[in-house]
Amino acid sequence: MNNLIKLGTGGAHLVADDPWNWVREPLEPLPDGPLLLPLALWRQRQSEDVLAGRADSRDGLWLAPDDEPEELAPWLAGLPLIALEFPSFRDGRAYSQAYLLRTRLGWQGELRSVGDVLRDQLSHMRQCGFDAFAVREDKSAADALKGLQGISVLYGRSVLEPRPLFRRRIGADEEEC
Amino acid sequence: MYQYDEYDHALVLERVAQFRDQIERRLNGELSEEEFLPLRLQNGLYLQKHAYMLRVAIPYGTLSSVQMRTLAHIARHYDRDYGHFTTRQNIQFNWIELEQVGDILERLAEVEMHAIQTSGNCVRNITTEAFAGVAADELLDPRPLAEILRQWSTVNPEFLYLPRKFKIAICSAEQDRAAIMMHDIGLYLYRDAAGELLLRVMVGGGLGRTPILGQQVREALPWRHLLSYIEAILRVFNRHGRRDNKYKARIKILVKALGVEAFAREVEEEWQHIKDGPAELTEAEYRRVAAFFAPPAYEALSDTDLDYGSALAGDAEFARWAAHNLQAHKVPGYAAVVLSTKPGPAMPPGDVTAAQMEGIAELAERYGFGEIRIAHEQNLVLPDVRKADLHAVWQRARELGLATPNIGLLTDIIACPGGDYCSLANAKSIPIAQAIQARFEDLDHLHDLGELSLNISGCMNACAHHHIGNIGILGVDKNGSEWYQVTIGGAQGKASALGKVIGPAFGAEQIPEVIERLVDTFLAYREGDEPFVDTVQRIGLEPFKERVYRQQEASA
Repeated sequence: MNNLIKLGTGGAHLVADDPWNWVREPLEPLPDGPLLLPLALWRQRQSEDVLAGRADSRDGLWLAPDDEPEELAPWLAGLPLIALEFPSFRDGRAYSQAYLLRTRLGWQGELRSVGDVLRDQLSHMRQCGFDAFAVREDKSAADALKGLQGISVLYGRSVLEPRPLFRRRIGADEEEC
Repeated sequence: MYQYDEYDHALVLERVAQFRDQIERRLNGELSEEEFLPLRLQNGLYLQKHAYMLRVAIPYGTLSSVQMRTLAHIARHYDRDYGHFTTRQNIQFNWIELEQVGDILERLAEVEMHAIQTSGNCVRNITTEAFAGVAADELLDPRPLAEILRQWSTVNPEFLYLPRKFKIAICSAEQDRAAIMMHDIGLYLYRDAAGELLLRVMVGGGLGRTPILGQQVREALPWRHLLSYIEAILRVFNRHGRRDNKYKARIKILVKALGVEAFAREVEEEWQHIKDGPAELTEAEYRRVAAFFAPPAYEALSDTDLDYGSALAGDAEFARWAAHNLQAHKVPGYAAVVLSTKPGPAMPPGDVTAAQMEGIAELAERYGFGEIRIAHEQNLVLPDVRKADLHAVWQRARELGLATPNIGLLTDIIACPGGDYCSLANAKSIPIAQAIQARFEDLDHLHDLGELSLNISGCMNACAHHHIGNIGILGVDKNGSEWYQVTIGGAQGKASALGKVIGPAFGAEQIPEVIERLVDTFLAYREGDEPFVDTVQRIGLEPFKERVYRQQEASA
């Protein structure tokens, strides 16, 4: 996939040589190279060892908004990449999926947003734990970078900052739990 | 009142800059209207029939006199000299140019105001009653928790693209004056026998196309778990609420589809994961926020004031106003004054001019502690007036055109802007309100009718809450012409009820006559002093229908 932004230790950068092929529909034959597959197809293509959690998968997996992230629990350790789809930027289900994957299921690998991924929502995605953003093809990823920072104040909490502001204020630590 | 600290200021200013940039990109074509739409809605900006409308947030309906003066300034310089107070305790400016929005928001930020999340599919302004902090029947000021919720829900990244808008209200008085039962989440705050502060959580209320009253999902939730419990509800809703049909996307449809028990189980399960985490509120945070709402420096007064007493005795008009437009105060010698924005045909309900706003600000400073409240019935409240000052306040309010003695009466009509402004409306609301107000101008008659709420919405979105009006009027479109459906028996508060349709819709010109016949029927069957809604409950719809439609046929 091109038009990609990734967060790394040195900050955000554009990626022009991403090897992953996003397989939106179960095509025959499947393209070459590393594949990013929908849940059903991913499952079909895995060996018993992968499905039993004894081996790593070569295939990345993308979830549609109505897929349940909890289903991935047995395979998380062997997955190279998870992507969450925004069929429209107005569909916010992937924010909750991202929260669950990062906070509850402990996914540490790359979490990529795909689909209707636009500049003005990137900061929310980042707060919810996405660290890669496949910006919509017709939009400039370089421009979208400007949307990554967003507003510096977070009253509540997020994946990046699990403590609400009231626990981060100076002098608010006497009651930490 | 709550005062911004460096975090609040930074957030609001950064938000203004961000939205300025988005407007800029819209104007130069970088953003399509489709991409811009949710961004502008989350900044309170609608595109109406004639111009942009900007809805400014008034958190839980509390406003300072300084803020009111700024609203007057905006009305004067950017609008046509007035603003419209809404049923969500906000204010709308109806004639705004897109190019001016950045400047307006910056001006608002100077006085600690914003328009963030006053629209869009996100958590909206947190509401409570207009008498918060002063009502005699209050257990505890609901505003600290409302402010905590405001902060928590503002730009909360996970919940900005929910299936649909999301409204939360909180009530902590004996009487529910905050319409809790018609909110996506309604919170009743109370104390148990041991004095612990608890919440009863209602979910799935809402009006619109499918009016449903909220149902209880949780009893006795310790206040410290407020944020995590609401987070759990929102996560369940965000994941599972319908997104295929706008009219089935509110949480009420999800609650109905699952059943309230199953829904409550889902929430409970989600909540178990997060309840003891960092979202748990601390005493320190509650105290920090509550300190902003500490009672002002009230004087120690006797509850009876001689001058007030003799003014009541000597001035019948004043006495009539005092009987209807005051609310009991928890501090002896004080009262809360309701300023009516419903003078009759002269001014649409909820509309207030710049000069009136300045007059109200002055009253609040002179005869109060500089504080003003917005009631969801679209009236304004001076929360802390000494009884000794009531006569002076009344005189000044009368000069300002804000002393119509009709609070809670039939002409205290709640109406949305309707077809005159709103592009969603099927029919006009304002002329209907004005025609009814003209028909019931006789104050003696009006007062004899007693408590009677009348709500007019110009479309199914029900911004004027017509379902919970004792009389509700809904604008409908029939083959391109405007018709009005009438319901009776609706009620708000703890005895909330949805009104029932009396029969086929009417033309605009018939409405005043229909209302008169409903009222005549009520008077014919009324027992003692019972209010309209009790009579409807007792005798049912039939006598009303019969009178309205039989004569309808006879006159046709």
